[in-house]
Amino acid sequence: MTEEILRMRGITKRFPGVLALSGVDLGVKRATIHALVGENGAGKSTLMKVLSGVYAYGDFEGEIEFDGEPAQFKNIRDSEAAGVVIIHQELALVGELSIAENIFLGNERKRRGVISWDRTNTEAARLMRQVGLHDNPATLVEKIGVGKQQLVEIAKALSKNVKLLILDEPTAALNDTDSENLLELLRTLRDEGVTSIIISHKLGEVLAVADRITVLRDGQSIETLDTEADAVTEDRLIKSMVGRDLEHLYPPHEPQIGEVFFEVKDWTVHHPEQRDRVIVNGASLNVARGEIVGLAGLMGAGRTEFAMSLFGRSWGANISGTALMDGKPLRLRNVPEAIEAGLAYATEDRKHYGLHLEYDLRENFTLPGLDKLSKRGVVDQDRINTVSERLRKEFGVKAPSVYQLAGNLSGGNQQKIVLGKWVFTEPELLILDEPTRGIDVGAKYEIYELIQKLVDQGKGVLMISSELPELLGMCDRIYAMSAGHITGQVDRENATQEELMRLMTLETASGGEELRQ
Amino acid sequence: MSTVQTTPRPSLVSALKNINLRSYGMIIALVLIMLLFQVLNVTLQNENFITPLNLTNVILQNSYILILAVGMMLVIVNGHIDLSVGSVLAFCGAMSAIALSHWDWPWYVAVLFAIALGALIGVWQAFWIAYVRIPAFIVTLAGMLIFRGLTLKVLDAETIGTTGTFNELASGYAFLNVDLRLPTLVVGVLGAALYVFLQVRSRRRQIKAGIAGRSQLAWASQLVAVAAVIVAAAYVFYSYKGLPIIGWILLGLVLLYTFIANRTVFGRHVYAGGGNEKAALLSGVKTKKTTFWVFVNMGALSGLAGVIVTARLHAATPGAGNAFELDAIAASFIGGASVTGGVGTIIGAVIGGLVMGVLRQGMQVLGIATDTVQIILGLVVLAAVLFDVWNKKRATGGGLMPPIVGTTPGGSGEAKSKGKQTEESSEETKAGAK
Repeated sequence: MTEEILRMRGITKRFPGVLALSGVDLGVKRATIHALVGENGAGKSTLMKVLSGVYAYGDFEGEIEFDGEPAQFKNIRDSEAAGVVIIHQELALVGELSIAENIFLGNERKRRGVISWDRTNTEAARLMRQVGLHDNPATLVEKIGVGKQQLVEIAKALSKNVKLLILDEPTAALNDTDSENLLELLRTLRDEGVTSIIISHKLGEVLAVADRITVLRDGQSIETLDTEADAVTEDRLIKSMVGRDLEHLYPPHEPQIGEVFFEVKDWTVHHPEQRDRVIVNGASLNVARGEIVGLAGLMGAGRTEFAMSLFGRSWGANISGTALMDGKPLRLRNVPEAIEAGLAYATEDRKHYGLHLEYDLRENFTLPGLDKLSKRGVVDQDRINTVSERLRKEFGVKAPSVYQLAGNLSGGNQQKIVLGKWVFTEPELLILDEPTRGIDVGAKYEIYELIQKLVDQGKGVLMISSELPELLGMCDRIYAMSAGHITGQVDRENATQEELMRLMTLETASGGEELRQ
Repeated sequence: MSTVQTTPRPSLVSALKNINLRSYGMIIALVLIMLLFQVLNVTLQNENFITPLNLTNVILQNSYILILAVGMMLVIVNGHIDLSVGSVLAFCGAMSAIALSHWDWPWYVAVLFAIALGALIGVWQAFWIAYVRIPAFIVTLAGMLIFRGLTLKVLDAETIGTTGTFNELASGYAFLNVDLRLPTLVVGVLGAALYVFLQVRSRRRQIKAGIAGRSQLAWASQLVAVAAVIVAAAYVFYSYKGLPIIGWILLGLVLLYTFIANRTVFGRHVYAGGGNEKAALLSGVKTKKTTFWVFVNMGALSGLAGVIVTARLHAATPGAGNAFELDAIAASFIGGASVTGGVGTIIGAVIGGLVMGVLRQGMQVLGIATDTVQIILGLVVLAAVLFDVWNKKRATGGGLMPPIVGTTPGGSGEAKSKGKQTEESSEETKAGAK
């Protein structure tokens, strides 16, 4: 038996236009808890998908050695057969089935091809005891809380004779007690010989539970630290996670900041289905004319939910708080009213929420502003054509004509269409959610220039981004959000990645309790 | 995230091909089918198939399917389905016959009554679909049973005969004693001229704006072809008895609904909501309201079709319109509607209906048994949808099924966007599961 259960060497994974992983090395020692940390987009999840066979062997470069043998997983079934089980953040449980059924889903306990409910329930009960779950195996999964559901997933993994358990953000949706229980379970499993890899944004938790920590940044493995041998602190980790230079990535800009025209006060939003769950908690912010304001936060902090709830209540329930435009309160019940009031929201998810991929540039450019191009409900096709052509040129969309389908363009050009369609509605405030996600460097620069041009015309921009260097490079002021709270704001002069990261990971006094259960 | 140079997918050529295939594929198919029957008929039976009589019959026998297909296309484009149209048609037809024969209402009041009744039924179904978010499949399945039952109730399992001008609507050639033979030719020629005028004007404007899409040659040949078809069709009908009244009604509906679909905000919103409901919502489209009116419209058109069926049979019967919804749905899919919504044209639905009509008529003339005709029509529907799926796959370069695990980069952000999608769409999914 080797000391290492897993060795990944030189893993490189490409997506169209993006190098997601570049020569990553990862060694995991047997019967340890190994943490994987890094910013959003650093490549953590991609690396784990490579390991668990989601990306088949051959789809990436590099070698994997698992349990002393070379591993060439073609799919998840292969990796599970070898003893690698991944538990995704979005739990893969069927709510309408019982705990026992879920544990053995796809792996049913049978006798001569017929399901044996006796074996199913007794074996489920044994596994449930192992993970500290003391419910009836026949209980429906939808009736138990998220924390217990997480335990069901682990029991399911144990039923497959797991050797290496991978958990992607296991505590993101759990409260403090449930989190602590889960971490304790991982320690117990470790002592029983199960190795775990845990991906987490919560650095305090990582330091508490992990034996070793590997830092990923920009698709590369930066370093691996031993929590006992090296004196690892949160600051040390943050530095390692963010350290990179920002020169020449952002166009020079001389801000001309006017007076504050948009204000949000004490904005609170609840989850649309789990009404007792507070997603945005008393958030306040303001934006001045000519100003680019950043909104930083880790995933799950509530940034997108905040933005969409402002945009005509397009997300959330029980929304309270006030939004003011030029001192006048906004009462927006739906998106058309938000557009009318001068708001625009460019989504982080272009393909699903931002564009009609099967339609051409004209349809996409003019959809939100169609009323301006029509009289008594009849659209003016000639004006649609000329306006689209003008926008295509103005926003530098690299498409041969306005008849090109949006789905055939690159991410950068699609993003320009999204910007174009919102600029055509003549908004006062543009909320840009991850405006450069999945876009190559050259196109990013063009998007940045377009954003700067907009604020130079006296509009305000609220920019949500997971890339801290981007916020630091573009914004005049940055708010940080953590667990639904605005935890602070920093000016351009005083902003550093370390300070932002500190605010983004700040656990507010009530931080734990609004998360369900 | 580190990035490398992106190369945009080189697909302009394929995109243009797609547009052309989508728009003209079915017209070409229709012409080919007619030519095929012409050849078969001449060789096997030594008769012409393409005769004014046969073509007039195709229109007369399929008029109500074509009316339904116009409405169904909007329903499907908006991302829904309507299974109730056959029953709604029967109920409205029965009520119009009762109004005419038992209540002695004037024929035009009876017609308006049937249309209004259809619209009212549409309101009922649209409410559940658009605002309560019950899947249209379920609501209209229920409607199919409800309105068939109501038809049987009001007719008391009997047939109610109709007489007079009412019946002329479905098969007459003279409206209020005005013969429509000469007007057919005149309107055909004027229509072709108007078409050429509008196309030239729009082409000029496009050139001026610098966005003329196709080559001059492609544009000009289409212009000439369409104008020729209009004149030829007018002449064919002229040489028999002129375009029947129902033909005029259909012509008006096609023009009206093509206008609504292409040139009104409502029409564009029907497409946007069906193509990508979430993106449409976030772009300020009132998707619920749009869906509501789409179903109200479907109800009204079912009412009109009910009048035509009753008038054609000279009677309202309990079994009228049985399985017509399936013909209307098939016509829409043959005519290029996308299974996932968002794509389809009014003219496509009509051509799809005509393809089915011509196939039926042609095989009937050749003496092919009804059972075989059914099988062939079924295969045609399957082939048309297969073509749509294949076309989409070609356009997006992806597989037939979306990948189960996203292949986009972005680390945990991917899970995030996926998660939110699930949250937002779970309202639908839940409703769909029940």
